[in-house]
Amino acid sequence: MARVLVGVKRVIDYAVKIRVKPDKSGVVTDGVKHGLNPFDEIAIEEAVRLKEKKFASEVIAVSCGLPQAQESLRTALAMGVDRGIHVEVPQAQYDTLQPVHVSKILAKIAQDEKIDIIIVGKQAIDDDSNQTAQMTAALLNWPQATFASEVKVEGSDVTVKREIDGGLETIKVKLPAVISADLRLNEPRYATLPNIMKAKKKPIKKLTPGDVGVDISPRLQVLSVEDPPTRQAGSILPDVDSLVAKLKEKGHI
Amino acid sequence: MFLGTILKNSRNLSSKVNGHRLQSTLIIAEHDNEKLAAVTRNALTAAKKLGGDISVLVAGTKIVSVVEQVSKVAGVTKVLKAESEDFKGFLPENLAPLVLATQKRINATHIVAGSSAQSKSLLPRVAALLDVSPVTDVIDIKAPDTFVRTIYAGNAIMTLKSLDPVKIITVRSTSFEAAGDGGSGSVEDAVPAGSYEKGSGSEWISQELSKSDRPDLASAKIVVSGGRGLKSAENFKIIYDLADKMGAGVGASRAAVDAGFVPNDMQIGQTGKIVAPELYLAVGISGAIQHLAGMKDSKTIAAINKDPDAPIFQVADYGIVADLFKAVPELIEKVK
Repeated sequence: MARVLVGVKRVIDYAVKIRVKPDKSGVVTDGVKHGLNPFDEIAIEEAVRLKEKKFASEVIAVSCGLPQAQESLRTALAMGVDRGIHVEVPQAQYDTLQPVHVSKILAKIAQDEKIDIIIVGKQAIDDDSNQTAQMTAALLNWPQATFASEVKVEGSDVTVKREIDGGLETIKVKLPAVISADLRLNEPRYATLPNIMKAKKKPIKKLTPGDVGVDISPRLQVLSVEDPPTRQAGSILPDVDSLVAKLKEKGHI
Repeated sequence: MFLGTILKNSRNLSSKVNGHRLQSTLIIAEHDNEKLAAVTRNALTAAKKLGGDISVLVAGTKIVSVVEQVSKVAGVTKVLKAESEDFKGFLPENLAPLVLATQKRINATHIVAGSSAQSKSLLPRVAALLDVSPVTDVIDIKAPDTFVRTIYAGNAIMTLKSLDPVKIITVRSTSFEAAGDGGSGSVEDAVPAGSYEKGSGSEWISQELSKSDRPDLASAKIVVSGGRGLKSAENFKIIYDLADKMGAGVGASRAAVDAGFVPNDMQIGQTGKIVAPELYLAVGISGAIQHLAGMKDSKTIAAINKDPDAPIFQVADYGIVADLFKAVPELIEKVK
């Protein structure tokens, strides 16, 4: 049976309207509602389903980040993950922590834990990078199946339907492999209260980047974080005729 | 073993290419073995902002006509070609070793591609092998090492300086004009045959592309988009009718895709396509943060929604508060 590793990132909740800090150094995160990255929920759900289908023997969740990342790991555990690994990164380094670092950590843990499948979300909704799966696969020299909307495992073959620009494509990868979850892969379950209680007893191992031998020195310098340009307030028109007139005036039609 | 070697050696490897020298860019061309993709032309314009020579790598199973197209694009210095059955389906496992071998030969300061599903899969893989932190979906280039990109679904704009010796970037197509023809790049083999090993473990099986005669979403001057308000796949026909009347591309919100009204590849937003047409007409779309991320750079935004409080009206230049099932047929009637 396969051993599955899922990547979990704690991000500002998707429904929050973020605010840029006045000193332009970043966005305000203190006192702001956080949650699991939505794509990671999908990754966790897929991993738990592999276990329910008796394909996976154990599902391990890894999160790299601040002490609060443990909350996100607990959510993963409540969804059915067996145990967690928290690679704790202090705030000073967390600000410049990037997929290049996280992928090295995931790759190292995958080797240490003898993992067969890594599933991560296709992108985190805070940095919008869309890199970690690809980089982890590269470091391990494993095949990658990015933007997966359907995953079928048969023996050591995984057939994956991928969302591409013009439609869908099907590829087959041999295990071990890295998969990144797209929105349509599944509908993540809610953690039930009994499962949340059970999750409190599941183990979370704490590590540092140094423990896994990964250098997390910054690869970028943030020069500024600013608000996007605001659009001029528009007008509400009374009817279709006036809309057509405006669009003609602008030369659009 | 493999990972360990990368972790130990890559820093040394990359420091060798560091130092003061002229910029040179390697662009990874995207195509379907027949036609050069528009995103590559946008990437070329971005590359010109970096300065220096521009080499374009064209890899595929049948590339003669694409190589010819690329050599004529204004600004291309050199076309590096690699034709092999290995590149069937453009699998990143097979393309990454080729890009690496090519980079080893030409020693570019920048590796660039347009932001597309294909390059999003490939470039981070290449970056990891070079131990570089890639910068994805760049919207502006301030200096050869200073890039601008959006974070948090377009709600913040980050300017960053890359500290890596080689910069690997993908560029957002809507932020850079497409480079036109008028060039005369030379053509040569990317690397000698057999100088790299193809990857293993992945196999391309099939593709199901959505067929449409309508303008491509990325390059359409007008985009008409439908959302949950359409209520069914059948009703979505009025969006197609309106789009056809206006010569527009058709997009959709995530709600419309999830409800099965239209295929996934029509989704516009943070995790779908990003468009910036002359006119974006949102019909029955409330305007969630994630949707706005994909269209708020459109020149003119118009919205039809029956809810006067829908957030879409906060970004729309023109709005009508109306039942779309009345307004859209009327619009079809009155346009042109």
